[in-house]
This record gives sequence, structure tokens and C-alpha cells, in this order.
Amino acid sequence: MSSTSVRTDDAPRRRPGLLTRMIESRNGLGFLFMLPAGIFLLFFLTYPLGLGVWLGFTDTKIGRSGIFVGLENYRWLFDDPVFWLAVFNTLFYTVFASVAKFALGLWLAMLLNRHLPFKNFFRAIILLPWVVPTVLSAMAFWWIFDSQFSIISWVLMRIGLIDQPINFLGDPWNARWSVIAANIWRGIPFVAISLLAGLQTIPQSLNEAAAIDGATPWQRFTKVTLPLLTPIIAVVMTFSVLFTFTDFQLIYVLTRGGPVNATHLMATLSFQRAIPGGQLGEGAAIAVAMIPFLLAAILFSFFGLQRRKWQQGND
Amino acid sequence: MASVTIDDVRKSYGAVEVLHGVSIPIEEGEFVVLVGPSGCGKSTLLRMLAGLEHITSGRILIGDRVVNDLPPKDRDIAMVFQNYALYPHLTVAENMGFSLKLAGEKRPAIAEKVRPAAEILGLAHLLDRYPRMLSGGQRQRVAMGRAIVRDPQVFLFDEPLSNLDAKLRVSMRTEIKNLHQRLQTTTVYVTHDQIEAMTMADKIVVMHDGIVEQIGAPLDLYDRPANLFVAGFIGSPAMSMIPGTLAEDGAFAAADGTRLPVGDTGTARAGQPLVYGVRPEAMTPGGSIPLTVEVTEPTGSETYVVGRMGGTAITGVFRERITVSPGGTLPIGIDPAAVHLFDAASGQRLTR
Repeated sequence: MSSTSVRTDDAPRRRPGLLTRMIESRNGLGFLFMLPAGIFLLFFLTYPLGLGVWLGFTDTKIGRSGIFVGLENYRWLFDDPVFWLAVFNTLFYTVFASVAKFALGLWLAMLLNRHLPFKNFFRAIILLPWVVPTVLSAMAFWWIFDSQFSIISWVLMRIGLIDQPINFLGDPWNARWSVIAANIWRGIPFVAISLLAGLQTIPQSLNEAAAIDGATPWQRFTKVTLPLLTPIIAVVMTFSVLFTFTDFQLIYVLTRGGPVNATHLMATLSFQRAIPGGQLGEGAAIAVAMIPFLLAAILFSFFGLQRRKWQQGND
Repeated sequence: MASVTIDDVRKSYGAVEVLHGVSIPIEEGEFVVLVGPSGCGKSTLLRMLAGLEHITSGRILIGDRVVNDLPPKDRDIAMVFQNYALYPHLTVAENMGFSLKLAGEKRPAIAEKVRPAAEILGLAHLLDRYPRMLSGGQRQRVAMGRAIVRDPQVFLFDEPLSNLDAKLRVSMRTEIKNLHQRLQTTTVYVTHDQIEAMTMADKIVVMHDGIVEQIGAPLDLYDRPANLFVAGFIGSPAMSMIPGTLAEDGAFAAADGTRLPVGDTGTARAGQPLVYGVRPEAMTPGGSIPLTVEVTEPTGSETYVVGRMGGTAITGVFRERITVSPGGTLPIGIDPAAVHLFDAASGQRLTR
């Protein structure tokens, strides 16, 4: 019997199947469409993250599956001065590099937002440090910071400011500032280009109105440009802080965490302990210890900077 | 309040000159409208008056002070922008008081000046809102309020009504004119809409391709346009223009031989190539001139008739209800006293 027959009282309509009901419902269809992406995220993001967290609670070594040891790894790290040095280094590295990247990036964005000759050329060239593979630029910096052949030392010696090469990567504090300099160089393009995009969304007439209202150029910057730029600054700097906090490649190529762990970041220490050191559980625990810092940065950005009354919808 | 003098002002971008020596006298308290098609230089001129564009040559005076090299904030002007240019991160009250705050005024003093301005504009209940919560008309009022609070020598308006819908535009037009009558502040208003110019201005400046075509009171411009450009630009529907020559008997002969009545011929000579201009309302039904009807557009109070006369497309407006069907002929008369004759070559008006 065909399904298009007229419905009669003695033959109540059959309940449609689960799939039919799902396709007909708005939420069900949405769920179906999201399923592939959901599975993808589950396998490639949630699973590794979950595995990492789990490893942190075990005493797994390379070549031997571990057993659950609870918080032992964390207790061990709590008493480990090298771990705390890495935490200090990471915070130091992140704070100074991020502040400098923000200040220089904003300055560069303001310059590029003006009517310059060859504006597009400069905008393209500014991206170069970001486009170059990290390892490649790190190796270039390795030469720049070389203890004997450093170009900086050579120039300063030529001018006569110093009489022997600077030991950039051999001295703990020199090494810290050197890796920060390299990170700043690499990170500026991202900040500058993103802020430039933000600057271009600010209508020129607002600056003109402010000029007529009697604002000096500095007041136009602090009272009009900067407040209007805060939403994009919040997003850009959140990303910048996350990138910097989790940096690995630059340090690993330049110093491998040396001298005497002075430039070890949490990411490099985690790798050092887990892979060359073989202590997978301990390495995982160091990596997991980064999570609270990262969450704090994200929450600060979300609640402190991104939500502004004047941006929200009607009433 | 102050007078404004624009004296042989020129503007070049590189080798391209966009304003070719513009001179406009503006009296104290006058409402002057700069009108012209887009690209005629009217906005550039206003921005030069505001100090947002450099003046290539010539002088601009506000009062008796040459302001050529003064920055905008020292010119004692206020400007209303086409996109309103309200600061999105400030409330209505903060937007209106921004200039006072920059000038270092205390909070109570600012509130004291913002409140009356807000009341004039009917914004008193919106002072704590942010611009994005306001409608287009309200934003426009805030922009005007920001200008009023400053109590400047001169108000500048740069196409302030272009972003509003048609109905709001008409009511804001009245509101701005009302405001000017109350405050009596010298106002320079830029628009491309000749209706706005006609209805609001004490004095209209018609600009075209970087020159001033004519300066005058709205009805003077309407009744005695100096040239074909002004004749075609002012008035809606536009003046009908029929090419032809003056015949020996004193009538106007259109290109196809149709005879049209002429009153005063001014300096026009017989045989000279001319353009015959007639406003739509100078035509009356029931005459001897055949008008071939193409379209009739009844609006209720009037009927617009688009058709051909003397071989040219023309438009007439009649108080009567015209029922001629398309293709039919409507005999019309033309008031000879309302006829304009222009030299076809130079475009200059020849009748008195």
C-alpha cells in the first residue's frame, strides 16, 4: 500500500523513524551538520589534550607504559628549582616580549596607516619576519648573537664602544634579553598588521571631528583612536601572549634552554624532560602546568578587555 | 557669529586643480548653501573652510581674521559630518561635551551647557545612551548638538541629511532651518540636493567643476538662472530646454519649425543659435502649441506630463487633471514672460 493514502481513523499514522525526525527538526539537523567537525576536533584536539593530562598523572617513561601515580609528578616539580626557574623565565619572556611587541607593533601600525609613498610595499615587507620559518630566522639570530662573529659586537667594536665581543648567549642575563629580542623581531608583524587592520576600521571623520573639537594629536590618539582600538588590541594581545608563552622553536634553536637553564621556558623544559630525558609523565606534567597561566590570560582578555558597553547591541 | 569671506581660493592635488579660484562673500548670520553635482568641489571647499584641507592659494577669512594657516581647533567653527562622526565609545552627553572637556571645563559646567542644547534638540532623555543605540535621525541631532554646545562663530554642514530616509530628511530640513532662525549663527551647508538648497538657504552658491556658476537668493536663481547649468540644476522637474533660433517675426523657431512665444528677447539676435528654456509650470493647457504626450504622471494635486515639443523632450506640470492618453496631442500655451533665452554656444542667459 502506498504511503500517500488518505489517513483513516482505524489506521493511525506511524511514528516516523529517528533519522526522519532528526532531519526534520532544526536542532537535529544542526547536530548532524556539526558532527563531522565535532569528530575531527575530538580526535585531533581533545584526545591529545586528554592524553597529555592523563600522562601527567602517570610515571610513563619512553618504552614503558606507566601507572597512575596521582599528583606525584606535581609534588616532585614543586620542589624542583629548575621548574620554578623555567616558570620565572617564561613569565619574564612573555611579559617583556609582549609589551615590546605591543608598543612597537602599534607604533608601526600607526606609521603604516598614514599616507606614505610605497605604502603597499612597506605593508608587504613588514610581514617578512613572520613569513620566514622560525627555525630559519632563529639560525640567522644565532649568527647575529654568535660569541665571536656577531655583527653587533663587530659594529660596536668598530665604533669603539666595546673592546671585546659581547657574549650574547653565554651569559644568563644576556641570553634572556637576546632571545626576547629575537622573539620581538618575529612577533611584531602579527601585531602590527592586525592593529593596522583595526586602525583602518576607524573612520577618518572621527579624527577630523576630534581635531575640530580641539583635540591635539596626542589627545586624538588617547581619547579616540586607542579606545576604539581596544577590542582588537584585546584579541591581538591575547593571541600574542599565548604564542609567546608557548614559544619553543626559537629557544630550542638559539640556546636549547642554556646557559645553565637561564632561558629554559616551560615548553622547552617539558620537551627536554619528556623526549631526550625520557620522563614522559614529568614532561606532560610541566606542559599541563602551563594551562592555568594560559586560561588566566584568556579569561583576563575576555572579561577585562573585550566586553565593552558601547559595543553591545541595542539597549 | 561672524562673516566669512572666501577670496579667490584654489585647490590643487598635485598637478590637478580642482577649485579654480572661488570667491564667496558670506554675511554674518547668513545661511549659505553650496550646491552642485558630486565632484564639483563643494565639499573640498567646506573642508578647507574647516581647516581639514590645505588651501593652495587665495584667502579664507572668518570675521576679519585670515584663517589659512590656523588649525581647525583655532578657527572657532563646528562641523556636522555626513556620517555624523559620533564617538562610538562615548555617550550622547559625552559626545556633546567632548570639546568642552578638551578645553578643560569642569564637569558641572559641561553639564550646564549640554543640557540646554539637548533640550533644544529633544535629546534630553537620551543623554546616557551610546550612539549605536540611536536611530539615524537621533544621531544626526546629536551631531548637531555637539556643534551647538561649542557655540561657534560658524556652523559647517557636510551633506548632513544624505544618510536619512526621505521622510526624515524633510523633517530634519525644517528642524535645521528652525535651529538657524533661533541661533542666528552663520551657517555654510553643503548638499547635492537642490530642493534642500532651495528650501533652507538665504543664499545659494551653485558650483560646477570647481567654479561658482551663480550666487543668489533661492528664488532669484529660480527666476533668473545665469546660465544653462544653473537653469537645469535648480528646479524639479527641471526646466525644459529646446534648441532653435529667433525668427525674423520675433517668435522662437525650434529645430523642427515649431513656433514658440517669446516675451523679452534681451540681447538675442535673429539667426543666433539659442536655447529656449521654459519651466514646467509656465505651461498651461489649452493653447496653440502641440505637445505630444508620452507619459502622464498624476500626483493628485498636479499632473506631470512628459512629452515632446519642438522635437525635444520636455516636462510640464499642470494643476488640471490631464487625461490625454500616451501618443495623443495636448495643445498648450506658454507664458511669454516666463521664457528664458540662452546662447547655445556659451550657455549664458540673454533675456533680462
